[in-house]
Amino acid sequence: MVVDHDVTDRIFGALADATRRDILARTARGPESVSGLARHYAMSFAAVQKHVAVLERAALVTKERHGREQLVRTHLPTLRHAADLLEAYQQLWEQRVEAIDDILTHEGRPS
Amino acid sequence: MTVVSSQRDTDNLTLAITSEFAAPPTRVWQVWSDAQQLSRWWGPPTWPATFTRHDFTVDGRSQYYMTGPEGEHAYGAWQVTDLQPPHRLVFTDAFAEEDGTFLDDPAPMRIEVSLEEGGPGTRMTITTHFRSVEHLQQVADMGMEEGMTQALGHIDALLTEPAAV
Repeated sequence: MVVDHDVTDRIFGALADATRRDILARTARGPESVSGLARHYAMSFAAVQKHVAVLERAALVTKERHGREQLVRTHLPTLRHAADLLEAYQQLWEQRVEAIDDILTHEGRPS
Repeated sequence: MTVVSSQRDTDNLTLAITSEFAAPPTRVWQVWSDAQQLSRWWGPPTWPATFTRHDFTVDGRSQYYMTGPEGEHAYGAWQVTDLQPPHRLVFTDAFAEEDGTFLDDPAPMRIEVSLEEGGPGTRMTITTHFRSVEHLQQVADMGMEEGMTQALGHIDALLTEPAAV
């Protein structure tokens, strides 16, 4: 597996902010314009635009011109990569917990 | 399902898994303290673990190997840093040489275990702390090579996280 740590740092940096996570969640449900997104937050259009730019640099979203609007979409492959790192580890623990439960449940029965 | 919740914290790089068991904490403690029982659950299904040393005391060392599908071995080791039976265990888990020497790269992970009375008997929370994104990446990559972790196909809870703002 080829690892680019700069890319990973950008992804986690981008995800470490509640507004940016919210933007991702919204754009994952369908493309949204920057001005449409800005209406959801108590901050300036420019501030929202900055958050979108951080997400774009981390390749978590793509922007595409649509008439006079810029449409923002979640770029799923990148998001999946970031989430997979913790998720892969989580899966290991879920397997371990199941195995512990087996030991506790089958205790005393002939094996 | 025995896992009742899991929390991936991408800010603090921790993963917390809470699960419940129908047995008292003193019994659940034994799956940690007894090397034979530990060997039955520590390794993933395709890489079962064998603990060859288990000095379950503060500063004590444990050593294990996991056996892969081709009969290959991957070595690991623990060092216990806090032990309060049957409620709390803190240890570092590291990839290791065959003789149990910790590998520096990736760095050891700090794992905290808490066992409380609750639910059907015991509520256990395991929190793994990663040092940096790079550390998490290394552990995940190494784990994938050794079959400990498998990349999953489905999308993270981030997408279903309720709107936070």
